[in-house]
Amino acid sequence: MHSKSLYQEVILDHNRKPRNYGTLEHSTHHAVGHNPLCGDRLVIALNLDGQNIEGIAFHGESCAICKASASMMTSVVKGKTRSDAEILIQEFRDMALGKLDPSDENHLGRLTVFAGVRNLPTRVKCAILPWHTLHAALNSINSTSTEAADDPMHAPVDRAS
Amino acid sequence: MTSLDSIVASQPILPFDIESIRADFPILKLKVDGHPLVFLDSAASSQMPQQVIDRLVRYQTTQHANIHRAVHYLSELATAEFEQARHKLQHFINAREDREVIFTSGTTESINLVMHGYGRKFIGPGDEIILTVLEHHSNIVPWQMLAEERGARIRVVPINDAGELLIDEYENLFNEHTKFVSVIHVSNALGSINPVKQMIEFAHAHGVPVLIDGAQAAPHMKIDVQDLGCDFYVFSGHKMCGPTGIGVLYGKADILERMQPFKGGGDMILSVTFEKTIYNIIPQKFEAGTPPIAAAIGFGAAVDYLSAISLEAIAAHEHALLNYATEQIRLLPGVHIVGNAALKAAVLSFVVEGVHPHDIGTLLNQQGVAVRTGHHCAQPVMQRFRIPATSRASFAFYNTMDEVDTLVEAISSAQKVFA
Repeated sequence: MHSKSLYQEVILDHNRKPRNYGTLEHSTHHAVGHNPLCGDRLVIALNLDGQNIEGIAFHGESCAICKASASMMTSVVKGKTRSDAEILIQEFRDMALGKLDPSDENHLGRLTVFAGVRNLPTRVKCAILPWHTLHAALNSINSTSTEAADDPMHAPVDRAS
Repeated sequence: MTSLDSIVASQPILPFDIESIRADFPILKLKVDGHPLVFLDSAASSQMPQQVIDRLVRYQTTQHANIHRAVHYLSELATAEFEQARHKLQHFINAREDREVIFTSGTTESINLVMHGYGRKFIGPGDEIILTVLEHHSNIVPWQMLAEERGARIRVVPINDAGELLIDEYENLFNEHTKFVSVIHVSNALGSINPVKQMIEFAHAHGVPVLIDGAQAAPHMKIDVQDLGCDFYVFSGHKMCGPTGIGVLYGKADILERMQPFKGGGDMILSVTFEKTIYNIIPQKFEAGTPPIAAAIGFGAAVDYLSAISLEAIAAHEHALLNYATEQIRLLPGVHIVGNAALKAAVLSFVVEGVHPHDIGTLLNQQGVAVRTGHHCAQPVMQRFRIPATSRASFAFYNTMDEVDTLVEAISSAQKVFA
């Protein structure tokens, strides 16, 4: 896939006007995600009511791919259960890594707009970082990274219990 | 031409026939996504001319055997070619003797060699090592490791907003504890050319030895280590049209002789018993094991190639490219050049308002333009300018003014995507 198709209008729009951008007044869970290779840093705050994601917000410094991914992710998981969110995390990661074809059965919906990153190995982590950070927050891990032991390209994603 | 506008709008005349130079580099004929490759990442690694490729092939096809070992024809031939390469490198930097040229795997290993061979022997608790904000991580981390191990201290020379070292601050850092200075010659992140000769003279007046990291300087300007007076000068083959995996540590013979070996093994010894090993003389003392023979010979061919064009002509051409690119990029609203030192070489770092460098890198790649994005292994420089990253276009003598135009148009069209 040509890299041009990655910068589709929906991604550019979410980059320009990110949804759920900011902080939550009362959060039950939060995590900071780093991509030390490019300096990206993303904070995700959650308000969990039992198993439900009642509120979610993010902020930080990142590229357009990462910011749009975070914006669309927060829009999609808001109101969902944590196990639904974990399914999406797994599917999004598999899609970005090229293990899941967007035409296969999945729950990603319009998130398949990010399928193009699988052809841009250096940008895969940009798209994954928000999801990786959400997974950490859901599992009460306060800090994660795209590198070393936390690298989502290699480390297994454990389903939240 | 009299008006500034007409100067800005026209491309300067080049000091040599650029098309015949480009014809030497087969990789420059590549297309990326249907666009001609515009390779502006030579500061990370430069491309290789056919002359060097042919030399590697000739060595592997007709000359290869292990060196300094056997009496047979090929071993003697390979040894002679390897030592000839050392001789070429000696002349290239005007070292006094060829034994002052140590082959290493690259600049990083050269610095690590000096850290282990000199630093661990002569730097102790309370001693101070002077570095600068502009250093590449490879000229920071080894000294931090040494400082931690030996209880020494790192002192850092600051820069101004243009990316120039504050020489007064450098001189003020000297005291009776100062034991070593290690400075980058040309900043890989900003392109600033540092006044290393002046810095070496000042350090020597205080009896302090100096290492110059020339990884970004040796490809772009004539280096004369005797004129500079430095104690060590380090650089890499792959940034100078040579192969990867080969570099040079130049050191003054008397200092190299006083240093302890870095790696132990074959070739670096005169005799070995389980009771005692006698080390070889320089340069072999620092060249344990089988070296990258082909890469060293290729490096020799690369400096022959550069010398045939002449470093003066290369510097003049790259200076013209840098000036033209600087003028053109300054005309783009919302694009800011990071690093505006009065003396710069071949590197242009920039940020675009509202667009992350990684997005710039991907969008430029769509036009076939290869730039580096990120912190350029110089995080202290990024912290100094309070930015996470930049996009960096770096120029070599095989780049053209038309390629600068393509770069500027590609930046402009990337801005439109995000408008």
